[in-house]
Amino acid sequence: MRHTLSVLVQNESGVLTKISGLFSGRGFNIESLTVAPTQEDKISRLTIVTNGDEKVIEQISKQLNRLINVIKVLDVTAGQSIDRELILIKIAALKPDDRSEILRIAEIFDADIVDVSSKTYTLEVMGDEIKIKSLIELLRPMGIKEMVRSGKVAILREMQTLSV
Amino acid sequence: MTEIKEKLSQKQDKKSKTLTGAQILIQSLLKEGVNQVFGYPGGAVLNIYDELYKCDEMKHFLVRHEQAAVHAAEGFARTTGKPGVAIVTSGPGACNTVTGIANAYYDGYPIIVFTGQVASHLIGNDAFQESDVVGITSSCCKHNYLVNSVEDLPRIIKEAFHIATTGKPGPVVIDLPKDILVAKTEFNYPKKVNITGYNPNCIGHPLQISKALDAIYKAEKPVFMIGGGIIASESYKDFFDLAKTLNIPVVNTLMGIGAFPASDELALGLVGMHGTYPSNMTVANCDLLVAIGCRFSDRVTGNLAKFCKDAAVIHVDIDPCSISKNVKVDIPIVGDAKRVIQDLLKTINPTDLAEKQDKRQQWLAQISEWKKAVVKVAPESDKIAPQVAIEAVYNLTKAKDPIITTEVGQHQMWTALMYKFEQPRRIVTSGGLGTMGFGFPSAVGAQVANPDKLVINIAGDGSIQMNIQELATCVQYNLPVKVFVMNNGYLGMVRQWQEKLFNKNYSETEITGPDYVKLAEAYGATGIRVTKEEEIEPAVKKAMEIDGPVFVDFIVDSFEAVFPWVLAGEPINNVLLGKDD
Repeated sequence: MRHTLSVLVQNESGVLTKISGLFSGRGFNIESLTVAPTQEDKISRLTIVTNGDEKVIEQISKQLNRLINVIKVLDVTAGQSIDRELILIKIAALKPDDRSEILRIAEIFDADIVDVSSKTYTLEVMGDEIKIKSLIELLRPMGIKEMVRSGKVAILREMQTLSV
Repeated sequence: MTEIKEKLSQKQDKKSKTLTGAQILIQSLLKEGVNQVFGYPGGAVLNIYDELYKCDEMKHFLVRHEQAAVHAAEGFARTTGKPGVAIVTSGPGACNTVTGIANAYYDGYPIIVFTGQVASHLIGNDAFQESDVVGITSSCCKHNYLVNSVEDLPRIIKEAFHIATTGKPGPVVIDLPKDILVAKTEFNYPKKVNITGYNPNCIGHPLQISKALDAIYKAEKPVFMIGGGIIASESYKDFFDLAKTLNIPVVNTLMGIGAFPASDELALGLVGMHGTYPSNMTVANCDLLVAIGCRFSDRVTGNLAKFCKDAAVIHVDIDPCSISKNVKVDIPIVGDAKRVIQDLLKTINPTDLAEKQDKRQQWLAQISEWKKAVVKVAPESDKIAPQVAIEAVYNLTKAKDPIITTEVGQHQMWTALMYKFEQPRRIVTSGGLGTMGFGFPSAVGAQVANPDKLVINIAGDGSIQMNIQELATCVQYNLPVKVFVMNNGYLGMVRQWQEKLFNKNYSETEITGPDYVKLAEAYGATGIRVTKEEEIEPAVKKAMEIDGPVFVDFIVDSFEAVFPWVLAGEPINNVLLGKDD
């Protein structure tokens, strides 16, 4: 099963190496990983999407916690969080039919057209996993020339926070 | 004008205790109570070595290979409980430490390794003798640091010692760019550490403790399995009380040797692949396994799916990662073994304890039957059987309560099986990583830490050749380490597998070596050769009398195999007791 883990780390050189090394060294998967500073200067937050059964996820959390630079690990999968992902997607837009179809899809998905040429459209879309996935599937027939995804970020709902 | 300026700045230096990075390193080590270090100089650490030269309180031992420096530091740590320290140069020096660091990481012993690094502005430029130490060592140490500024150095050293010695102990690496060693700052060694992400949980949850005791009261066929955690937490006295109060038999992992006296009637000895027959049968047939300070390595569990599958498992460990990693645990207790054992002792209710005593007597009677199983020794030549040699060494040296280090292989397992360790911190052996070449340099460290003790390295002729150069270190510092080489002309453990599983195709396991007597003499040590059983006693006695390093070359049978033996992948009760099994 897929899990989203939020990880607070001390923002020091080598932290990311240690975390990615842990995943490869112990045979855990990383589906996506994002990292950026938090509201506190010296603390960064990672959002890791991984998969595995309960035992594997437990080991991943424990092994992450074992790293000295890791401050907190929380599994935010269980519906207690909101997650978002940003995607930039460049689609082949040669035929007039395709060009108008892309625009219609963009409107439905509340996408910004960030770049346009005689042969392409580039869309920027933000949303949860389902939205991003269905967008990609709808655009695929036209021909996706390039796609960049930010990886997922997640935040806890209501009064809950993940902080030091 | 410049002269005046220099003098002025020197004056100011004295006033505000301004020190260079190299000076800070030495002063911090002294503050940590370290006054013996192992190492090897080089370009990037010249400044440290210059300070060592000037510092009478710090004794440095020059090894002959950086791997040996780290093993020696571990030998120091294992026999004293205090962290061992190694200092090496950048590039190849640092790379050579990796095996040593990994070894200490697996077995959980505290060492601090200082590696030189090229100057900060050269990092990443593929400079001479540059290596990415933090990158290389990340997966085999508890923590590592690249020092970015001299102001951070005292804090980093303080943290390193704290991290290495608390929780599950382990190695910490500090990478020191050359310019940091020269840069100056005011030296104040911090009194406290504050690491936000590091706070090992030492106290076991009271609810889990009482659950564990309930399970222990109810068990009819309980057994303790103890590992290195008992030694690391210094809880052997408390554990002895616990085992005796509960009257529960005890098996130990390789790391747990000496944590419970081998001569005690409850002691069943080593468990696992080369575990004793009673140990393996007891664990395989128990209804409650109480594991303390061990991590269920595959060498202990054998076939995991069949390991204790009908038994309840209580697991006490300071490292949450060990719990339910390999074996599914029913009652986990995360905590320091000492605290947990003391809490268990405090909570025991004698009336509840009496409840199952009848059933327990049957269980102990059954175990006594298992104890009668005999391993068959069948030398295929008229040479000395290696087991006989090791047992003789034990009988001849036990009165001196020696420290025994081993390499890895057959001799190691025979030592673990034959040598009856009554005390902790008397055996130094590589468990998790299984590092051939560990025994001799770790004996160097053990001898440095325990100058008045008899330190013996029991070795094979394969392993000893992996770090044999340390004989020069022993001679230089007159470290009277006794090396007993079980010389069978083979990489015996691998050969044993080839005999059993690969149709006696002894592929690349026949190995030659030097004439160890001549070699010892060439280094300036003493060499003795033993070819007959009756020569063992005079040779061992002579070795002990000589005030200096000695090599004793035991010419032993080539085709003996270690038994008991559980083949890899088999459940641990499928014990082979001899070649005919």
